[in-house]
Amino acid sequence: MIRDITIGQYYPAESRIHRLDPRVKIVCTLFFLVSLFIQNSLLGYVIATVFLGAVIWLSKVPLKYIVKGLKPIVILLLFTVVMNLFLTQGGKILARFWIFTITENGLRTSVFMAVRLMYLVAGSSIMTFTTSPNSLTDGLEKLLHPLNRLNVPVHEVAMMMSIALRFIPILLEETDKIMKAQMARGADFESGNIIQRAKAMIPILVPLFVSAFRRANDLAMAMEARCYHGGEGRTKMKPLKYKAGDRVAYIVTLVYMVLIFVIGRFVDFRLWIF
Amino acid sequence: MSITLEHVKYIYSPGTAYEKQALRDVSLEIPQGQFVGIIGHTGSGKSTLIQHLNGLMKAPSGKILYDGKNIYEESYDMRGLRSQVGLVFQYPEHQLFEVDVLSDVCFGPKNQGLSQEECEARAKEALALVGFPEKYYKQSPFELSGGQKRRVAIAGVLAMRPKVLVLDEPTAGLDPKGRDEILDQVERLHKETGMTVILVSHSMEDVARYVERIIVMNHGEKMLDGTPQEVFRYYKELEQVGLAAPQVTYVMHELKERGFDLSPDATTIKEAADEIMRSFQ
Repeated sequence: MIRDITIGQYYPAESRIHRLDPRVKIVCTLFFLVSLFIQNSLLGYVIATVFLGAVIWLSKVPLKYIVKGLKPIVILLLFTVVMNLFLTQGGKILARFWIFTITENGLRTSVFMAVRLMYLVAGSSIMTFTTSPNSLTDGLEKLLHPLNRLNVPVHEVAMMMSIALRFIPILLEETDKIMKAQMARGADFESGNIIQRAKAMIPILVPLFVSAFRRANDLAMAMEARCYHGGEGRTKMKPLKYKAGDRVAYIVTLVYMVLIFVIGRFVDFRLWIF
Repeated sequence: MSITLEHVKYIYSPGTAYEKQALRDVSLEIPQGQFVGIIGHTGSGKSTLIQHLNGLMKAPSGKILYDGKNIYEESYDMRGLRSQVGLVFQYPEHQLFEVDVLSDVCFGPKNQGLSQEECEARAKEALALVGFPEKYYKQSPFELSGGQKRRVAIAGVLAMRPKVLVLDEPTAGLDPKGRDEILDQVERLHKETGMTVILVSHSMEDVARYVERIIVMNHGEKMLDGTPQEVFRYYKELEQVGLAAPQVTYVMHELKERGFDLSPDATTIKEAADEIMRSFQ
């Protein structure tokens, strides 16, 4: 039921990618996303595919999971492909029927756009698959630390993020439980018109809010009882430290970025099959 | 209105890294009017098991018969089943949502399609059954004490007049007095209305006093099934799976080992005292 929804979809496994410092994963993912937009040639996409494929292979996350993660963007993907296919003009005309024409450029743009979107999602989901939400916020906190000088409460924001992430599965489970309890009392969430269905949500939402406040209250109390007072002077049990593997990852990504940049900038020969 | 389970299996998140087999091949039969205790350690599958009884969870393999009819049949009236088999979840007070106690208890009967007057009559009857004081009927359920909230929540299920009442850890988080009160009330209900009561617990001591049959669950399987006397004879095996027989069982077995001529099957303190007295005579 509702519990099947996965957000912050961490896939527990022992792999080189899992062991990387979260900062490395955040920075490298950002670079990868940028790399998809600074070039637009077949060769560039081949290199991006090799890079992404190698990371997925190293991460030991089954390809099935990553493909599943693409499901939510299928409609967006189809829309983009269709739009680009018919609206982009220029180049040789490949097919023409009624008012639609498919041109070489249209086909090219739509295929590249689709690949770009898929890699965008796959690239970021490989980060969330291999990094637990907590270490992700740890990494973010460390990366954004310099903003402290600008009076941005980085630690507090990171703490709020990790608490919010931590509560998602709990609240989902709670929703599931409340739904079941009300169903056991004969509640019906599936039939009726929109107003009736909205009304049927009340027996779920009220207890859910009550329990969210109760849990928040309990957590605040527990944190205060352990003398939590914000980030000032707070040390970490496991401070983030770069290791050899992290440096290798940075270097590999850097090499990849340079390659992509060079291709996007200077390589003008279009490896185009048609 | 017996309930029969045949080879029921259930797996959580099949095909993922979090896959967990919660029930492996459970078969059992519960006749109408029985007071049954289901006992097991955390994660033994007892909560999963009871959610199958009213069709909230659907087993991918196996059959469940209620009153001889297969509840997984296409045309089966699931909502009808849910008003026949009343399920009270753990911490049921977390499901309260209405503005006052009476309307909250009315929620079940209203879903059964009864008129306002009928609903209120049922609600009042149910609240009386759980011993909830009348003067609080118009109070917000959120202002009550923990024990009273739980009574209201149980009444919310009873108001549907189920033939089978399933309670998941009804005493969790209550103090000893609140625990005894709730369990005594459940026992009274069982005697007065003759409904089947299925009590889920991880505490042997709680259950032994009240039930006529104990089903012990372990790792998603039915490990033992019988009267409390029969089940407690296996107190050593129970210990191995993280459960314990009531303390009197240990005393009686120890006495017997030391040469007293008595039967060690007593499950309550009173039975044990009687048996010891008898052995002296």
